[in-house]
Amino acid sequence: MSEYPNNLRYSRTHEWFDPETNRMGISSFAVGHLGDVVEVDLSVDEGDMVDAGDEVGTIESVKTASPIYAPISGKIVAFNEDLADAPELVNDAPYTDGWILEIEPTGSDDMSDLFDATLYSDHCASEE
Amino acid sequence: MSTQIHTGLLHREPPIFELSSPGRTGHALPPSEPLDDEGLPAAFLRQGAPLLPELSEVEVVRHFVRLSQWNHCIETGMYPLGSCTMKYNPKINDAMSALAGFTATHPLQEDEHLQGSLELMFQLEGLLCRVSGFHSVTLQPSAGANGEFTGLALIKKAIDVRGEGARRRKVLIPDTAHGTNPASVVLNGFEPVSIVTGPEGVLLPEAVRPHLDDELAAIMVTNPNTLGIFESHLKEIAELVHGAGGYVYMDGANFNAIMGKVRPADLGVDTMHFNLHKTFSTPHGGGGPGAGPVGCTAELAPYLPVPRVLRTNEGSYRLITELPNTIGRVHPYFGNFAILVRAFTYMLENGGAGLSRVTEMAVLNANYVRALLKDTLAVSVDVDTLHEVVFTDRDLKKETHVTTMDVAKRLLDFGFHPPTVYFPLIVPGAFMVEPTETESRVELENFVETVKAIVEEARTDPEKVTSAPHRTGVGRLDETTAARKRILRWTPAKP
Repeated sequence: MSEYPNNLRYSRTHEWFDPETNRMGISSFAVGHLGDVVEVDLSVDEGDMVDAGDEVGTIESVKTASPIYAPISGKIVAFNEDLADAPELVNDAPYTDGWILEIEPTGSDDMSDLFDATLYSDHCASEE
Repeated sequence: MSTQIHTGLLHREPPIFELSSPGRTGHALPPSEPLDDEGLPAAFLRQGAPLLPELSEVEVVRHFVRLSQWNHCIETGMYPLGSCTMKYNPKINDAMSALAGFTATHPLQEDEHLQGSLELMFQLEGLLCRVSGFHSVTLQPSAGANGEFTGLALIKKAIDVRGEGARRRKVLIPDTAHGTNPASVVLNGFEPVSIVTGPEGVLLPEAVRPHLDDELAAIMVTNPNTLGIFESHLKEIAELVHGAGGYVYMDGANFNAIMGKVRPADLGVDTMHFNLHKTFSTPHGGGGPGAGPVGCTAELAPYLPVPRVLRTNEGSYRLITELPNTIGRVHPYFGNFAILVRAFTYMLENGGAGLSRVTEMAVLNANYVRALLKDTLAVSVDVDTLHEVVFTDRDLKKETHVTTMDVAKRLLDFGFHPPTVYFPLIVPGAFMVEPTETESRVELENFVETVKAIVEEARTDPEKVTSAPHRTGVGRLDETTAARKRILRWTPAKP
């Protein structure tokens, strides 16, 4: 049902991180459970340092509001400005145009704390 | 101009601004005096008339009466909105609160002029102490969230008095909690820590044990919880928390499920708020006013808000504000007084045995609905519940793609207010039914048969369900666009 690109890494809390572009967003599994996204409200600014697991904002859908967590430790270097006017990008293209933050990893994290696509798929199945 | 399309007596009604005609009015006002605007900066002076609709009296009355006829209320039909306790509010409550002795007083009058009102407050505090087992009660908080704030402020004060305020800042909150709980925690300078509910839908001592240290301020537990399940380990958990130097706050939003059966103080609860507007039947659901009295132990009582009502040795009543350790006021004057009169009336009308019976009927009704519906809709946790029951669309959605929201909308076509949907958050597609003790067996069966018919329709004619409602004044709204492209203010159409 949901698909999880192989080039991405995934957190237990359903964020994805792309080690190539340093971008993060939320997975199609999370999008499926949230429903139509109406607002992405970030609580961090460019230049802020975050630890993996820190809350970086809230995503609000017609059904609910959920926290967004940093999948990795690092510095916030950019956020997706398009989401302010078009939060639906998160629904329409969660892995591309619907990216949320760009985080430059501090390198202190071991990427192995994140799931690969196969393990993440199992994790989702266990939560379904 | 007429944009009105009437279907029989169901009136289509545009925004009141679109009914406006220039110069029309409901009053004959004298010509206005020239404005004395001396001292007002020019930037703040209005340049033109405000954009207010101009209508006659009858047009205004019809507009709002028509809109009210689109509404559904407990006096129209069953309103099984889980967690909200939409029980019928007996009319005698209103009659008593309208007595001139109550309505013709002012809170700044001298105590001797307010003896009847003060006596009612004193007695209501006493009744609430009796049903809860607490030492003292304040009637001041104006609703549940205000009560939560107050109860946690008592705990905060007690911790500060002990000199541990800087260190004890953690408040444990189970994942089934009401959303207001963490907010009340933060407002008091504490930090919420979420703990996980066990597989049977109740909180287990094991979830609490890792947090028993000298940073623990309190645990905040709703009992029964939002799954409608009694927290059967609460007494043991309270002992653990007390052993670590913390306090126990109970969210009493669901007190209507245990009233007359369990006294929170006997479970080790230190402080709790009541929702008078839920448990003790005063009108709510339109944003208030409510009342959220807070009960507490003898240890916390010195910190209660002022004014407190005291009974003198001569048998008269007076208000005391000079209490050295009080947290101060949490609401102007004495709270929402007319609501207190209604709740007091309800308690006296029922009596002790009657209140216990109310609880029994509320629990029986919820379990009757669960028993009749559990083969139609999956239950979240298959255990006995108290006053409410949470179903899930898990199986229905897999089989038919019809969701909780669709079933809820379709219920409107059959004259039922929908249950609470998508709450509690830990249940996917939650469909939360709280029938209350008010509904008859016949009405409960009507509701159950309607839900069954809708679920069957989801299999045979899903389009009918997913496009519902069909028989209401307004059809299904595009909630997504409404939330994404918000129009917060009416503006005139461009000519």
